[in-house]
Amino acid sequence: MERRTLMKTFAATLLAGAVLAGPAVAEGTIKIGASAPKTGPLAGGSAVTYWPAIQLWVHDVNERGGIDVGGTKMKVELIEYDDRTSNEEAIKNIQRLATVDKVDFIIPPYGTGINLATAPLIAKYGYPHIAVTAVTDGVDEFADRWPNSFWTLGTSTAFATTLVDLLKGMRDAGQINDKVAVVNVADAFGIELANAGKPALKDAGFDIVYETSYPLQQQDFAPIISSAKNANPDTFIAFSYPGDTFGLTKQAAIADLPVKAYYVGVATAFPAFAAANGPAANGVLGAGGVNAASDKYQDFMKRQIEVTGSAPDFWASPVQYASLEVLEQAITSAGTLDKAAVIDAIKNGTFDTIMGEWKFDHNVIRKYWTVGQWQDGVFHGVASTGVGGEVAPIVKSGWN
Amino acid sequence: MTRLSEKELRIAVLAIVGFAAVATIPLFDDGYYLSLSVNIALYAVLCTAWTLFSGPTHYISLATAAFFGIGTYTVGLGIDVLPFPVLLVIAAIASGLLAGLVGVATLRLSGVYFVIFTLGLAELVRQVVTWLQTNFTNGVGLYVFTDMGEKHIFWMLLALAAVVYVTGWLINRSRLGFAMRIIGNDELVARHVGIDVARAKVILFVVSGAFIGVTGAILAPRFAYVEPPSAFNPVISFQVVIMALLGGTGRLWAPLLGVIPFTILFDQISSRFPNHTSLLIGVAFMAIVYFLPRGVSGLIEDLRKVRGDFGSAAKAKEAVR
Amino acid sequence: MDILITGTVLGGTYALIALGLTLQYGVARIMNLANGENLVLACFCAFWLYSTASINPVLGIVLIAPGAFVLNWLIYDFAMKPLVNRAKNRGQLEVDSILATFGLMFIMQGVMLLVFGGGYYSYNFLSEPVQILGENYGLNRIVALIAAAVIALGLYVFLYRTRYGTAIRAVSVNPSSASLVAINVERASAFAFALGGALTAAAGALLSTFYTFNSSMGVIFTMKALIIVIMGGVGDVRGAVLAALLLGLTETAVASLIDPGLTLAATYTLFILVLLFRPQGIFGRQEA
Repeated sequence: MERRTLMKTFAATLLAGAVLAGPAVAEGTIKIGASAPKTGPLAGGSAVTYWPAIQLWVHDVNERGGIDVGGTKMKVELIEYDDRTSNEEAIKNIQRLATVDKVDFIIPPYGTGINLATAPLIAKYGYPHIAVTAVTDGVDEFADRWPNSFWTLGTSTAFATTLVDLLKGMRDAGQINDKVAVVNVADAFGIELANAGKPALKDAGFDIVYETSYPLQQQDFAPIISSAKNANPDTFIAFSYPGDTFGLTKQAAIADLPVKAYYVGVATAFPAFAAANGPAANGVLGAGGVNAASDKYQDFMKRQIEVTGSAPDFWASPVQYASLEVLEQAITSAGTLDKAAVIDAIKNGTFDTIMGEWKFDHNVIRKYWTVGQWQDGVFHGVASTGVGGEVAPIVKSGWN
Repeated sequence: MTRLSEKELRIAVLAIVGFAAVATIPLFDDGYYLSLSVNIALYAVLCTAWTLFSGPTHYISLATAAFFGIGTYTVGLGIDVLPFPVLLVIAAIASGLLAGLVGVATLRLSGVYFVIFTLGLAELVRQVVTWLQTNFTNGVGLYVFTDMGEKHIFWMLLALAAVVYVTGWLINRSRLGFAMRIIGNDELVARHVGIDVARAKVILFVVSGAFIGVTGAILAPRFAYVEPPSAFNPVISFQVVIMALLGGTGRLWAPLLGVIPFTILFDQISSRFPNHTSLLIGVAFMAIVYFLPRGVSGLIEDLRKVRGDFGSAAKAKEAVR
Repeated sequence: MDILITGTVLGGTYALIALGLTLQYGVARIMNLANGENLVLACFCAFWLYSTASINPVLGIVLIAPGAFVLNWLIYDFAMKPLVNRAKNRGQLEVDSILATFGLMFIMQGVMLLVFGGGYYSYNFLSEPVQILGENYGLNRIVALIAAAVIALGLYVFLYRTRYGTAIRAVSVNPSSASLVAINVERASAFAFALGGALTAAAGALLSTFYTFNSSMGVIFTMKALIIVIMGGVGDVRGAVLAALLLGLTETAVASLIDPGLTLAATYTLFILVLLFRPQGIFGRQEA
């Protein structure tokens, strides 16, 4: 008896939820859904890279009067959900967006793991999946598996090898010697980079004098920095995540780690990195980079601060925005909201974005930024896979 | 074993009908409601398996994520070499073994220590797995690509739920269940009548851990990409404890009463107020703790008592005291 | 040698994180899962004071700790007391307080998210190096270590040398007997809970000078604090300090000599060993 009443209440609640949850939509708007962390371990990153770029784009599009779809301008309505950095929530959110909210398009989630976990669903419903915050070597395999998926930020191997090339250039110019310390966070991104980077370093004739990995959410780095210091390298490389990027750098500054090239991973490109380290940030190399001096980036930065109150990073923020520009232009060139037609348009089109001209090669952007460096308060791109506009790297001189 | 009483038969028939009815959900919707149902089924199994152990012993285990992650990892590592059903068995054995080890080491301790230890166990296992993978294999991400969709996962979870319920029911009828009831009431008495308390607890912990491991294994294809932070997500442990406690742990079916309403409630909160989810979940949570001190099943029992004859209600109350 | 110093400095940080919870759990019997959020909130307050009014975080404690004291007193009065009153035994209170403070954790997290957003925060204060025996250490960490020592010592003197402190210890040993000797258990518990909150907040203000923090990371601190509190023996200040130092030294030694990937494994091995040989905690008394 109880069970039956319970089921009834259950069904009723669901029904009520469904009716109430569907917001009143004016005729002629494009519904776009987004699900990403607002809480949980990845929230710190998505609060910088993901949400503000989306907010700015929606604002921009609507200020222009909307997206041109076959001659009529349609405004964009954003539906956002928090996945609490959990795969289950993310999957449920995508389902809700696709089948309850019936959105026209989905902005894929934040983070490599959740992008992959939701990819089969997004493919099942036929949405274009323009992944941004996913750096992995599997991009070609994934593009084959899910022909609706597009990958924009690059592969781990390229991130590691271009860094090694950069260092090689600095060594050949006599700026650094061949002793390197390599540490990495024991998580997907850190390990993939270390696995690609270490052999590349050896091939380039570098001598790895200290290497280790450390667990996620490590807070204290004194032992690592002092071991690295004792090995006396000219170059320190850490394939790190946000928390450790900050922690390692603070510790390196305190220990006065005497290196001439210092590299840390994710979050070096965050504006908070410069704020946290002050003058010590100068000369720090990190994952990402952008054509920071370009008018397009400068304008994007200014407007994002104006509209959302938060500064973009110097890496994935503009790419996130560019991915939405791609979506917009693809809708316009397809002239319809039909998902398959838009996917086709993305596949074959050429797009004018704040990251420059984009054209997908087998669903993958092949030219992207990989290494940047803080120089006088700006994180300039110093290495890429052929974007152009790289700035020459400088030698790290002390921590003050 | 005695034969089934008429009442038990009735319950069994009802349960079978109920399960059959629920099993048709994927035929009606394979979108959001199916995913929500998968989440409900997932937590129903986890909470019930958790209650198998924590209900009678009153030990709060926060090790769910550890067993769950081991199950997920078993599938992640073996999906390309072994058939899926074999992996489920291995997952059960592996997490059962871990539960056995932990149980032997910590179940003699008092409750608080057990709570903290299990809290750290998931982190510990995660770190060791990551460390092993970093140092001895290439990368920590594992891909699990199968043809299984949400509905297959849902059906597997339902089947597992049935097994959990039957196991729980069998345990209750067995000598072990009887022993557990005595232990739950008073451990000292149990010891005096010659019950091997530690052994009984360890056995239950192993059974519960094994089920949780299988659940993790079933869920692996849903993730597609298995990595330590998602497989050993400590949030799972907390959600299980909380939903089970909210439902009530006195009966086998009680956790269900926590899982269903609260999954839906939290879902409603998170979809309607995406920017205030934490705050509202917190408020809802505290309200529940204050207004439903004995969980939903407690509330139902209270209501029953009020409805029932006053004399027996008073007696029942006395018995509860 | 530098392992010893680094380990001690780290241990000092851990002691700061755990001391507040020792009181809250040991005396007031509330296993406060919102402990870490309390700490992070104090980080934000210190950051805010420093960046808007350029108030030195160490002096900021003078504002933050009393604020936290009042806040935690109110939390105890409004949220915890009903649970204490209705709990029939300690186990019941434990379950209820876990559930309630879990809710509290979400609420505090939600408030911080609303006010500060989800991004990372960090600022520079006293981050210049000081040299001890030829090695560099962050001045802010040394300050935190000294503060930890001062706070722990002050707490020890208060608990073991003053009348009210003795009363609080009596409550922590046995609330029902304490009330027999005319101790106002309810007030002592509220006081201990509030004082614990204030200590945690002071820790937060100090930690904010060298940690990067965001709204969602309180749980990391809660976990560490819980482990230390249990290892040291519930409610024992000396035990908590010793456990914190032990943990700091072990982690540093393992990270320097073996592998930073195994620090947690070392922590738990240590934890198990302590529990197997001294199940009541390092200084804990055998329960009657």
